[in-house]
Amino acid sequence: MDVALINPFIGATVRVLETMAFTKAAAGKPYLKKDEVARGDVTGIVGLTGEVRGTLSVSFTAKSIMPIVTNMLGEEIKELNDEIKDAVGEITNMICGQARRKLEELGRSLMAAIPTVIMGENHTVAHVTSSPIIAIPFSTENGEFTIEVCFEK
Amino acid sequence: MDLNMTILVVDDFATMRRIIRNVLKQIGFSNIVDADDGTTALGVLKKDKIDLIISDWNMPKMSGLDLLKAVRGDEALKTIPFLMVTAEAQKSAVVEAVQAGVSNYVVKPFTADVVKEKLGQIFNK
Repeated sequence: MDVALINPFIGATVRVLETMAFTKAAAGKPYLKKDEVARGDVTGIVGLTGEVRGTLSVSFTAKSIMPIVTNMLGEEIKELNDEIKDAVGEITNMICGQARRKLEELGRSLMAAIPTVIMGENHTVAHVTSSPIIAIPFSTENGEFTIEVCFEK
Repeated sequence: MDLNMTILVVDDFATMRRIIRNVLKQIGFSNIVDADDGTTALGVLKKDKIDLIISDWNMPKMSGLDLLKAVRGDEALKTIPFLMVTAEAQKSAVVEAVQAGVSNYVVKPFTADVVKEKLGQIFNK
């Protein structure tokens, strides 16, 4: 897979969380993910079309997302609820938009759909294509989350 | 910039409406009403006196761009300043919004300082 397509999503993730939730996220080493089980408890997923077809998913553990949404809304969130679901959709949307902006600067134009959000332990994330799924783990001071990017060859 | 103005916030995500409300409160605004879609927003605009519209772009039923076009095409509403909030930072989208008469736009993610600066550009011209 073209690394140039992946890096903008990593940069966008760091920027969105820092700007909207005052949360510093550090990217770990990317790896090839071979199953469909989500790495977190709540996952936002969005389809991308254009010169290549693909998907982006952002999967947060409960421990990592509650402080993030607490910071975004300015009030404490103590459980996985509809506000978390809503916020993960919005975070996914913003990461996608930010990454697409960077990709456009690099001459790659992609369109995005409206994100959907899945919540619950051990749910699965089905990417649009059967191409390799690149997973990038992130850590914050409160817990981990993972983004997955999958583009057809 | 009059901090007593009434601002209409339009976004289909309740969370985003709350985030924008928080940002506006940080800037010093307190008269804020909201709508979850362009169609609902038009209903509010016909009923209440609104001094500024802050709208998301990407919404089901009626998008922010369609709301902007409807506002600019309505004799009674066409002069209301319109700030578009969007994750769509692509040049073609910006050009389309400018052609439709957007007053300014802010790209997500944003801080209160960025929103304040964009509003300043609208009202301190």
